[in-house]
Amino acid sequence: MKKSKFLLIVTILVYFFIFAPLVLIALTSFTTESYIGFPPVGFSLKWYAKVFATKSFMDAFRLSAVVSLAATALALLVGIPGAYALSRYNFRGKQFIKDLFFSPNMVPQVVMGFSLFVFIIVALKLNVRIALLIGLAVSVVTYAFRIVGASIDSLDFAIEEAGMSLGATRATVFFRIVLPNISSGIVSAFLLAFINAFNNVPLTIFLSGPGVVTLPVAMMNYIEYNYDPTVSALSVLMMLMSVLIMAVSEKLVRAGGRAG
Amino acid sequence: MKKRRIWALLLVPGLALIVLFLVVPILRVILPSFAPEGRLSLSLYKDFLTDSFYLGILGRTVRVSLITCLICIVLGLPVSYYISRMQAGRKGVMIALATFPLLTNTVVRAFAWIVILGQEGIINKLMMSVGLISEPLRMLFTEGAIVVGSVYLFLPIMLTSLVSVMENIGEEVQEAALSLGANRFVSFMRIVVPLSMPGIIVGSVLVFTGTASAYSTPLMLGGNRNMMLSTLVYQQAMLLNNWDAASVISALMIVISYAVVGVLNGLSSKINKTEVTQ
Repeated sequence: MKKSKFLLIVTILVYFFIFAPLVLIALTSFTTESYIGFPPVGFSLKWYAKVFATKSFMDAFRLSAVVSLAATALALLVGIPGAYALSRYNFRGKQFIKDLFFSPNMVPQVVMGFSLFVFIIVALKLNVRIALLIGLAVSVVTYAFRIVGASIDSLDFAIEEAGMSLGATRATVFFRIVLPNISSGIVSAFLLAFINAFNNVPLTIFLSGPGVVTLPVAMMNYIEYNYDPTVSALSVLMMLMSVLIMAVSEKLVRAGGRAG
Repeated sequence: MKKRRIWALLLVPGLALIVLFLVVPILRVILPSFAPEGRLSLSLYKDFLTDSFYLGILGRTVRVSLITCLICIVLGLPVSYYISRMQAGRKGVMIALATFPLLTNTVVRAFAWIVILGQEGIINKLMMSVGLISEPLRMLFTEGAIVVGSVYLFLPIMLTSLVSVMENIGEEVQEAALSLGANRFVSFMRIVVPLSMPGIIVGSVLVFTGTASAYSTPLMLGGNRNMMLSTLVYQQAMLLNNWDAASVISALMIVISYAVVGVLNGLSSKINKTEVTQ
């Protein structure tokens, strides 16, 4: 078959555009100099050491990890039953409820951040960490609806009916039959939701306080006053984390697919 | 009966989360902006929309989002077409590669462009060492830098939207056009592009709304002199304590978001109709 050279060249250029900046960051993180330059000079891991020695980054990492995990768990806990109801039952106003469930995707995150700041922190006077947890849960709950919903949709209802006709209760059927069969969907939803919660800036920037700053926001604050390879090293570490999470997810999903 | 109402029980936690912590907070912020002195009035909106400073930021937000969207379509169409014609295995690799940046933090991705475009950045250093320029060019903290950063942020989304539609366009459709004498470019523009419309529309919704509401990219690449609505909300709400203005901007951003989705959905249903009648 004839293949267009033009298309090939454009594709190569676009992929270069997509990857060159990330590769560049990675290269500059290994420099021995104290400025970001290209080509980088020498090879050292001292900027990685500096990331781990910077208390504000480590505190922010711990906060981001804990709060994102909790928010993701909360989102799945409320999202999975909702997705099941929307997939398996018919009732009046279903479309409206569906739209409502997907509305976190429609509202700009800065708007969510501002209104949650006014509501949770100013009006209810709750702890900033609680505000962060709730805000992130709202912002990622659509992953639970969408991804888990899709795997429930693709699961044959006849299996559940068979279970129930053999005398199992609806709850037993859900926990013994539905849940194991949608486990790969749940894993995907969990990991995507976690990555997005962890990386969130526009929402978390409104929900921060003294000592309560998420990692991306801490990084942004650092860049405002410093321009050194520490940020490059931290960027590489964050990329590695994403790669690791996706690799784990791929493995788990494959294993789940085999079992199911 | 109790058993019949299980669905309601299952919906309660999700609904509670969204109503209590999305709908209520937003209404609490936005409703008072329509009654600034206890009486129903649009005066806050009138003030905002007649202020040239605010209007400039609104204009920039729409302009940057539109240009970003157009560039993503222009770059996305040929590349997605090329990927969609690959064998399944290689196609999967290409899509996985394209989506990888989506998993990296937006701060990281904006920082990369600071390193490239800054005064001391790679492009300036390179051009000065070659002797192309004697003074560093001012590329960072411009509207152009926001566009570049936004294209960088959202091109992968456009690619995946387009590939998923183009995969289903049969090779024979285009071959028919070629055999009838159309050249490659004409057959691409007249056949592949119209058939890819659903993907272009989905991608455009995501890219436009994403650019219009992105925060770290305009902040880090545009600076204070090139604010967009999202950075303006933060400035007004958290730095200047001007909650009235922040509420008005919030309302406008929600309107823009729903308007874009509405217009593009209308467009796509129109296209579907003409396809059916043809």
